[in-house]
Amino acid sequence: MPKLTISDLTKIKEQHKSAFTVREGGARAKVIVHMGTCGIAAGARKIVETLLDEINLNNSHDVIVTTSGCAGLCSQEPMATIEIAGFSPVKYVKLDEMKTREIFKKHILNGEIIEKYALVSGNETQI
Amino acid sequence: MNNYRLNIMLCGGAGCSAGGNLKIKDALIEQIKNKGLDREVSVQMTSCNGFCPQGPIMIIYPDNILYQKVSLKDVASIVDEHLIKGKIIDKLIYKEPAKKQSIPVMKDIPFFNKQVLRVLRNKGLIDPESLEQYIARDGYQAAGKALFEMTPEDIIDLVKKSGLRGRGGAGALTGMKWEQCAKIKAPQKFIVCNRSIIEVEPHLIIEGMIICARAIGASKGFIYVRSIPVLIDRLQKAIDQAMENGLLGEGILGSDFNLELEIFKSSDEFVCGEETALLMSIQSKRGMPTPRPPFPVEKGLWEMPTVINTVETFANIPLIILKGAEWFRSAGTELSPGTKIFSLSGPINNTGLIEVPMGITLKSVINDIGGGVVKGRKFKAVQVGGSTGGYIPEEFLSLPITYEDVTQMDAIIGSGGIYVISDLNCMVSSAKFTIEFAVDESCGKCPPCRIGTTVLFDLLNNITQGKAKPEDIDLMEDLSKDIKNTSLCGLGQTAMNPVLSTIRFFRDEYLEHINEKWCKAGVCKELCTFFVDKEKCIGCGACARVCPKKAISGEKKKPHNIDQTLCIQCRACYETCKFNALKVGPRHLREELMIKMDEQKPPDATINNIEEIKQENKEAL
Ligand SMILES: Cc1cc2nc3c(=O)[nH]c(=O)nc-3n(C[C@H](O)[C@H](O)[C@H](O)COP(=O)(O)O)c2cc1C
Repeated sequence: MPKLTISDLTKIKEQHKSAFTVREGGARAKVIVHMGTCGIAAGARKIVETLLDEINLNNSHDVIVTTSGCAGLCSQEPMATIEIAGFSPVKYVKLDEMKTREIFKKHILNGEIIEKYALVSGNETQI
Repeated sequence: MNNYRLNIMLCGGAGCSAGGNLKIKDALIEQIKNKGLDREVSVQMTSCNGFCPQGPIMIIYPDNILYQKVSLKDVASIVDEHLIKGKIIDKLIYKEPAKKQSIPVMKDIPFFNKQVLRVLRNKGLIDPESLEQYIARDGYQAAGKALFEMTPEDIIDLVKKSGLRGRGGAGALTGMKWEQCAKIKAPQKFIVCNRSIIEVEPHLIIEGMIICARAIGASKGFIYVRSIPVLIDRLQKAIDQAMENGLLGEGILGSDFNLELEIFKSSDEFVCGEETALLMSIQSKRGMPTPRPPFPVEKGLWEMPTVINTVETFANIPLIILKGAEWFRSAGTELSPGTKIFSLSGPINNTGLIEVPMGITLKSVINDIGGGVVKGRKFKAVQVGGSTGGYIPEEFLSLPITYEDVTQMDAIIGSGGIYVISDLNCMVSSAKFTIEFAVDESCGKCPPCRIGTTVLFDLLNNITQGKAKPEDIDLMEDLSKDIKNTSLCGLGQTAMNPVLSTIRFFRDEYLEHINEKWCKAGVCKELCTFFVDKEKCIGCGACARVCPKKAISGEKKKPHNIDQTLCIQCRACYETCKFNALKVGPRHLREELMIKMDEQKPPDATINNIEEIKQENKEAL
């Protein structure tokens, strides 16, 4: 093993950022995938995997993915809600892998909401 | 590096590991793999969370959900419900004891949210065996700063400004100690880390020691560790990792500073933790204290200047270096700045290892963090400072926990024990047991401690057996003060605290023992009579079932009765009765009740009519 120097310490810290965003909070963006029986049947697991893949590809250590129960709109599954700090949440419906990758790049990384996939901007009570 | 959406951190403290978390970890990993979640969920062990009685525990991030008392059977539902569907499993959630309300999020549990985590800031967050994770949490940054940006004088200055006091007992100012040692010119200097009951991540200790060694100019250090194999393994692993990565050994972090650390297994003797005795034992001599001066900073290991600090003192250093003295002083009081780790135990709802700002009141620790005394018991006293700490009564619970305030009460910060005792305890016996500990642990070198503790024990023992005179109390008080003032080391100087504090705050209880031959807590077997209060007894029979002598009889749903000729005062009935129907009378009541039994007339005892029974007996005779 090579001997560490001060700059190595900083490098190691960078590499672990994502794990500590998960453990300590302070994520910039949070994606909630709805995982009721309906969601799982419609392919929600694939959506979670895709999101994690994007996080790894883009090294987005400030984005976290969580799951929740059925959102009550079973016909629209798979669904995910994106919460970006300082903005109202956006719910995307009838997702697939392609749409998810597009949403990740445009909305999560660049802040552009993709209206055509969105259910409504805001939370359930506004539906 | 793969990014996981969920991090499961299983508590790897001694209790949780032994309690099942090691097996639970394997089962979780296997089932996570079976469900194809192994790239989404990571599973790791962490250092002790301090919530030991609720163990085995695990925390699931990012939602910060704490599961308690987890067993192997729960693994499947954790995977299917929580990991896949994001559903919280109610039965594994902490319930607030008074209102029975579920609190799923760790940060919301009062036991955790009243704590201020500095030394323990990584608990539950990192794997203590991973150097990388320690570095990811700013580890070794302070060592880097101390080596490249600060002179030894800067370091000592900063530690002095912080006001940090030694966490190992007496609260000596750490900066002053280092300064004294730094000033002395010597061919070699040493640092020693004294053992502790507190589990702190090993790299934090190592980093604190590097900074101290740089400040005083030492090149060799010893870590004195309790002989617990897991502790030693973990520490050795960390030292090896640090050596391999250039964080110990020659040219630390690319500087020209060298430090070598060696583990020294401590013996179990209490006195060997005393600094001068510790030095003897590291030098392969019998662990006995030596007079000071010379102090270890002047003449320590092999006559060379030596700084001895405890684990928790060293563990405070890296954050002081990184964040400064002002920041350090933002918790605690003027004379006792910073936080302190305590081990909280006794009949209260939450027990375990806690870190709190100094100056917090005993009441807040016991009621807010500890959740108060358990149902059905009453607070009686709290012993502060471990086995040689004093007992503080209820009227002083608003006392701030600082070095200055606690000493006023004949207690000490000591090893950081806070032990609550309830109305089921007798203060005289409590003092007796702590003195018995001192008798056993006294090294025998100085007469005040060797002889004095034995005499004191005999006097206390006489009281618990009803063989004492009221004047004995004053004699004990004088003797304790003499032992305290003339003993060679802190053992004899502090071991008197339990006696002095109980005489001071519970003198009535001593007098009840001596004059009335009555131990109202029902602990001193020769000074109590257990009897059934006929007005309270509902005849449930619970007492009769636990009685090992079958001394209790009675018809179902009718008041029961204790046969005093059979009773051995084991108090099993007393602790079992849920209706407050078992009472403790003075010693002479036993004979009175036996006479009644002879007359084939079950006595109608209540706590109020002891005198009546006595009278009746007199008349009958
Ligand atoms: C009888 C006795 C036992 C002690 N045991 C320990 C011990 O186990 N661990 C410890 O750190 N300090 C113990 N101490 C305190 C040490 O003597 C010493 O004061 C302390 O390690 C200094 O470190 P500090 O300045 O960081 O507090 C003990 C003291 C006495 C009198």
